[in-house]
Amino acid sequence: MAENVTIALAGNPNSGKTTMFNALTGSRQRVGNYPGVTVERKEGSVILNGLHADVVDLPGCYSLTAYSMEELVARKVLVEERPDVVVHVMDATVLERSLYLGVQLLEMGVPVVLALNMMDETKKRGLRINAAKLSKLLGVPVVETVGRTGQGKKELLQEAINHANQRKRQWLPLELSYGPDVDHALLDMTTRINAAGLFTDRQPARWTAIKYIEGDEQVVAEGRKAAPEVSKELEAMVSKLSDHCQKTLNAYPDAIIADYRYGFISALLKQGVLERDSLRERIDITDKVDRVLTHRVFGPLIMLAVLYGMFKLTFTLGEYPMGWLEAGFGLLSDTVGNAMAEGPLRSMLVSGVIDGVGGVMGFVPLILIMFLMVSALEDLGYMARMAYMLDRVFRIFGLHGCSVMPFVISGGIAGGCAVPGIMATRTLKSPKEKLATLLTAPFMTCGAKIPVFVLLVAAFFPENAAMTMFAITMFAWAMALLVSWALRSTLLRGESTPFVMELPPYRLPTLRGVLTHSFERTWAYIRKAGTVILAISILLWAAMTYPELPAERAAGFETMREQAVAETQTMADAEAALEERLVEIDNREAQAALRHSLAGRVGGALEPVSKLAGFDWRTNIALVGGVAAKEVIVSTLGTAYSLGEVEAEEAEPLSERLATDPQWSAITAISLIVFVLLYAPCFVTVVAMAKESSWRWAAFSTIFNTALAFAMATAIYQLGRLLS
Amino acid sequence: MTRCLRELSAGQRAVIHSIQASGELGRRIRDMGLVPGATLGIVGRAPLRDPVAIRLKDFTLTLRNNEADHIMVKTEEIANG
Repeated sequence: MAENVTIALAGNPNSGKTTMFNALTGSRQRVGNYPGVTVERKEGSVILNGLHADVVDLPGCYSLTAYSMEELVARKVLVEERPDVVVHVMDATVLERSLYLGVQLLEMGVPVVLALNMMDETKKRGLRINAAKLSKLLGVPVVETVGRTGQGKKELLQEAINHANQRKRQWLPLELSYGPDVDHALLDMTTRINAAGLFTDRQPARWTAIKYIEGDEQVVAEGRKAAPEVSKELEAMVSKLSDHCQKTLNAYPDAIIADYRYGFISALLKQGVLERDSLRERIDITDKVDRVLTHRVFGPLIMLAVLYGMFKLTFTLGEYPMGWLEAGFGLLSDTVGNAMAEGPLRSMLVSGVIDGVGGVMGFVPLILIMFLMVSALEDLGYMARMAYMLDRVFRIFGLHGCSVMPFVISGGIAGGCAVPGIMATRTLKSPKEKLATLLTAPFMTCGAKIPVFVLLVAAFFPENAAMTMFAITMFAWAMALLVSWALRSTLLRGESTPFVMELPPYRLPTLRGVLTHSFERTWAYIRKAGTVILAISILLWAAMTYPELPAERAAGFETMREQAVAETQTMADAEAALEERLVEIDNREAQAALRHSLAGRVGGALEPVSKLAGFDWRTNIALVGGVAAKEVIVSTLGTAYSLGEVEAEEAEPLSERLATDPQWSAITAISLIVFVLLYAPCFVTVVAMAKESSWRWAAFSTIFNTALAFAMATAIYQLGRLLS
Repeated sequence: MTRCLRELSAGQRAVIHSIQASGELGRRIRDMGLVPGATLGIVGRAPLRDPVAIRLKDFTLTLRNNEADHIMVKTEEIANG
């Protein structure tokens, strides 16, 4: 008897697979990616009666054809990792379609246990399923379960372990008949494959033959590589069969195979497996809700309201924990500051490490809340409706309905974050649509850009603050869509991918599922942001600190201080006046030091060019810093404008200062807003992009976005100056 | 008489007659359960009349009009008559 059993969970999207996975494994889970692809891999373990079982959650798929990355991955795991047993979690309310994947699993030959999930809903819908009969007809164990309550999970686990031990990793493929023509060809091909030993060590010969007939690009490519001669023969057999089928049946062989599979399933169900209470389909709640939520007029309105509500709620709820975190980091920075002697190490720890990382961590509550809502909307089934309603619009710009989510998460409703947004592009199947989405998602008004906008809007458009912020968000969307269109009609030209998508029924999300999802994603953000930002913060701190002012200049400020002490002694309000003078001198020294530092020199060197867009050397430093993380822009501007420490969230004095500075005008502000909105994504985003696509595209985005931003900002500034 | 899925209006029911898509789109359409003989009904259309939502085998599926073009159906009253 095997001590350790590996169980793979397979199933359609929305079949309750993940809920079942969580119910089975509890908190003992690991999340990662499948090597080489960005599809999520979840693993967990469970102990039953002293037996230890590893559970792998396969990506959700409808079939084992080579359509999506998910399907390819699921198949690869089955073939290469050879789990002891596959538990196929089926949404029992759509038994017929679910069995399409089930039949393919059986055809592969892996030991399968069927979980009839959502049995509570089938009863409500008036469906009666005879599990015993299904089990007998297919020759596999069938267990009834309700994932959200955990009902049946023990039995399922027990059955899975029993079945695994019984089958002892033996693969027993189910052989379906696909009609005389295909069957005949299959037999010939199987003989040939067996004779050549092509992949026979890992998958049934008949299955390989079926994949050849289905024109499965991956299997054919592998076959060509492993045995070019045999593959050639097989391909010739397929093309002969294909010609024959088209002539006699007017159908492609892969269509015939699908038809026979469905035929097999419907015959199965008719043998007393599935019965309906009434012949008429019941109009369930989902349809009634959809009549309103996807209504021609109300649908889009409700969608806007939902998006706005998410934004509103994120900020209202997020304000408190964000304040606590900021206070916490402030306290930490004070404590460290007081405990250490003044010097470069203290400066680095306080200004570099704590402030830098603190700035990014401050957004964690916002991100967590946003993920909670996004996960809830996803689990509820609303995201699919959004894709459905927006697909037509997005298609005009060369995108897919599924591009909505990455945009929304990246800050389509102001306050998102491009890092999870970039990760959300995984749902897009076509690499070109995915790239176009991934490259334009960073244009959105993410949470880190907002302090910058708030600062500038408060300084230059105080009477229209809300309207201006809204206009910025709209502009972001317009730019994202237009640039996608431009990319899709030049660099990323290509057909749009099919929009054949399920609209899952509305289901109340489980608290646990939503929480698990959100914590996973937030943790990914913390980890990535924490490590990268830490390094960048230290680098930036160094760039803004070194080289230090030469000794004689530092001494000059010291003399000024002494002078101030001497002068104010005779005045009435001595203490207050001295304080003021000293702050003024400190600020001047800080500014001189900044100008002298590496960052200041870079900012100065860029000035001749950046002048075209209206930016001076101080803005340049802030913008260079902003490449690391956009939050840095405000604090750097604060330092550069000799205000010393300016907290990103309390930017009022700085905005007053900018408003009165002769260097600044409303046009400069607009130009800067546009630049900040569009230029190079922050470093964490670039890393995320490289992971989802390649370093080449990440570099492209950095350069292209900056060039575009500069061109736009320059155009705005120059035009504005001409007109005013 | 067979006609194209695109031409159906909301609420109408039909039986799939044939699917003329091959390759990736064809595979995807069939994987989702759109095979000859399946009964479907039009649930509705997105606000811009595209994509279309259809009901079949107890679930709802959406596809674009230009994908629906590949699917020929027999409307029920004609199929019955």
